Amino acid sequence: MSMVHQQTLVLAAERRDLRNRWWLCAPALFIILIAANGPVVIELLFSFMVKGDYGDVKYWQFSSEGWFSVFFTRDIFDDSITLADAHVTILLRSLTLSLATTGLTLLFGFPTAYFIATRPPHRRDLWLLLITIPFWINILIRTFAIQELIRNEGIINSFLLKIGVIDQPIQMMFTDFAILLGMVYVYLPLMVLPLYGSMEKIDFRLVEAGYDLYAGSFKVLRRVIIPLVKPGIIAGSILVFIPAIGAYVTPRVLGGGKNLMLGNLIELQFGQGRNWPLGSALSITLMVIVTAALLVYVRNATKSDLYHG
Amino acid sequence: MARTFSVTRQKGFTSTALICFALLYLPIATLVVYAFNAGSSVAIWEGFSLRWFETAWNNEHVLDATLRSLTIASIAAVVSTAAATMAALATTRTKPYPGLTFKYAFINQPLMVPEIVTAVALLILFSRIKVWTGYAGLGYLMLAHTAFCIPFAYLPIRARLENMDLSLERAAADLYATPWKTFRRVTLPLLWPGILAGAMLAFVISLDDVVITEFVKSGGQDTLPTYMLGQLRRAVTPEMNAVSTVFLVLSLAIVTLFFFINRKKH
Repeated sequence: MSMVHQQTLVLAAERRDLRNRWWLCAPALFIILIAANGPVVIELLFSFMVKGDYGDVKYWQFSSEGWFSVFFTRDIFDDSITLADAHVTILLRSLTLSLATTGLTLLFGFPTAYFIATRPPHRRDLWLLLITIPFWINILIRTFAIQELIRNEGIINSFLLKIGVIDQPIQMMFTDFAILLGMVYVYLPLMVLPLYGSMEKIDFRLVEAGYDLYAGSFKVLRRVIIPLVKPGIIAGSILVFIPAIGAYVTPRVLGGGKNLMLGNLIELQFGQGRNWPLGSALSITLMVIVTAALLVYVRNATKSDLYHG
Repeated sequence: MARTFSVTRQKGFTSTALICFALLYLPIATLVVYAFNAGSSVAIWEGFSLRWFETAWNNEHVLDATLRSLTIASIAAVVSTAAATMAALATTRTKPYPGLTFKYAFINQPLMVPEIVTAVALLILFSRIKVWTGYAGLGYLMLAHTAFCIPFAYLPIRARLENMDLSLERAAADLYATPWKTFRRVTLPLLWPGILAGAMLAFVISLDDVVITEFVKSGGQDTLPTYMLGQLRRAVTPEMNAVSTVFLVLSLAIVTLFFFINRKKH
């Protein structure tokens, strides 16, 4: 057999292999295309169309009205343009609550992760398991558990009424506080796990060196430990921020009809609002925020890979 | 007695951590305890009873929703795992080839899009299709669940494949086994724990889904989570606690099994 002939055979085999690999992937790619990624592209298109009178859109009539009304409203009488207060309030509430959730989970998650990382190695798995278990319980059940605690007829109010500290139940449900509490509770494991991942790798001889150089324990924390676990802090913060900004279930159950977040505002446009282009534009806005956060996450991950191998 | 100095000690960290652990479990524990309450309050304890489990068992809606959840999750788990296994075989154990990164990114894309965004997108598309075809059955939910389960099923299978030894398959080929026979008698048995893990993960993820189901379902197609979401608005009785408890035990049982299977491979 000639060399050239053999080479053609190898090339043909390679081409066949490549083709087979496409066929093998086809079902997965097709399902995701029609029931996940494709529809999101359609949503992007919808955000540029004219809204229908009873929901839906007027097909292939394009307009930037959907995007315009994310931030502005046009007066029906004199066409004057003003800021859409309701939307801005909800957008700001979403950002504030997600950032507060991130901050609080960090505040509580940091000592927790540190605690686990400083246990003897054979015990760490057990503590980690304890952090992971709630994560596997349906988010609705966990939100429901919080609701049971803070309702006006809930555990906390019943108890306080019974011992006579208060004579009126404290209104906690349907407030921003309730949403924040729920989100911190639900997303705490997402903060602890990456933090632990970084802390596990701490070389405690560095901490010892800090003490030898007369640093106090707070200074060691601030100047040695926190810089060492920075990748974990960034990773955990983003992993909490992303689901928090897109939260739907927790604000719907604990925030009620008045304290909406972005996810609930989007739903509203497809329900009573009957403004599909606006709803689509809001969805895409949410996706852009999340994608930006993910990019920071990826850059952070590759950087910390460079440092730690 | 002087305490020994510990370099790992940080003031207040241990107590904060222990409080965190307690607070993580307290609400869930309360929820479970009140499922066994004899009275009809979820805040005042009136003695032990199983009556709310009985009520839930006799509640047609709960039973219906549970059955529907299990049906959808089973179909989604089987189909997504089959598709994910094929995709994993096509995207591992080879030198980089054109399209590899695309496939990988495309399959994992659903993980990066907020659930509400996908949910609304599916509502837009499926409501149209429902009008066109007149079909409004469970197929839409099954399809949607299958799609978002694929990346979850894909990850453990791919991980398993990447750690697998190629030499056994080469040996089989050397012994004149056909590619199909090699796959069925060598690759598949070795890959099986990964496939099982992927299927279970997919099953739990599908069972847990609230948002996408809430937007895709037609009337009378409540799954257990969306049924619960609807009930939470009304006055709650310990029946919801009982339903939650059963759901919780079911999820944790599957996850335990998942970890057990995953562990055996090491």
